[in-house]
Amino acid sequence: MSSTSTRETQILADPDVPLIRITREFDAPPSKVFRAHTDPELLARWLGPSRHEMRVTAYDCRTGGSFRYELSSNGNAFGFHGCFHEVRPDELIVQTFTFEGEPDGVALERMQLEDLGGGRTRLTVTSLVDSFAARDAWLSSGMEEGVREGYERLDALLG
Amino acid sequence: MAADPLSQVLSALADPTRRDMVARLAVADATVIELAQPYDVSLQAVSKHLKVLEEADLVSRRREAQRRPVHLEAEVFDLMTRWIERYRRQAEARYQRLDDVLGSIPDDVAPPTGAAK
Repeated sequence: MSSTSTRETQILADPDVPLIRITREFDAPPSKVFRAHTDPELLARWLGPSRHEMRVTAYDCRTGGSFRYELSSNGNAFGFHGCFHEVRPDELIVQTFTFEGEPDGVALERMQLEDLGGGRTRLTVTSLVDSFAARDAWLSSGMEEGVREGYERLDALLG
Repeated sequence: MAADPLSQVLSALADPTRRDMVARLAVADATVIELAQPYDVSLQAVSKHLKVLEEADLVSRRREAQRRPVHLEAEVFDLMTRWIERYRRQAEARYQRLDDVLGSIPDDVAPPTGAAK
């Protein structure tokens, strides 16, 4: 299940392992895309959902470093943290990712930058989670009204 | 069934064989025997998978027909596709924000190597 345009985000839910792969191209060289991932001030401007405020409490984007941030909306804050396992400038970030509401769960994320030449970059992000159930819950999460709407439609269908 | 419908659909689709069966049923209805052909498993095992899909209302079987072909309930399946599409659009919205951030980074500034302040 992927999209049509070459430029727009493409997404793949792998059928054999609990993995989500996202691909997107940018009109910027790898060095800038890398910087937007490693500079917490820049990161806070794009990473969190638009309705949430993102507060970065720790961000040491180096091999062996760690990070923590909070997303808040309507007075509710959710924390996320993880470790940077491998960071190679302009090329690769491998990190773990945990939602603090479910501290035993951990995803392994890999962000790879590919230089397309002419000042363009292809970003490929893979997130490997512990189980298909967790992956599918993740796919259907982070879109509160979407899920609610989904439930309602499903209820109507199954009614 | 106590489990909520969403979880049922998600867990029914959590198995690779069942996902493969759903993918094949998206093309055309099929009998249990036809469905079993590509797999190295018993008809019984295939029937078990079908039962899970049926309980999640992802597939139905016509009672009257002799062959009882299995039919994909496309509406429920479309719902999953829409969730994935919504997730994709959310990622796209995030990366459009990143486009703006990238546009604001001056060309002549050397990027700091890795370490944040």
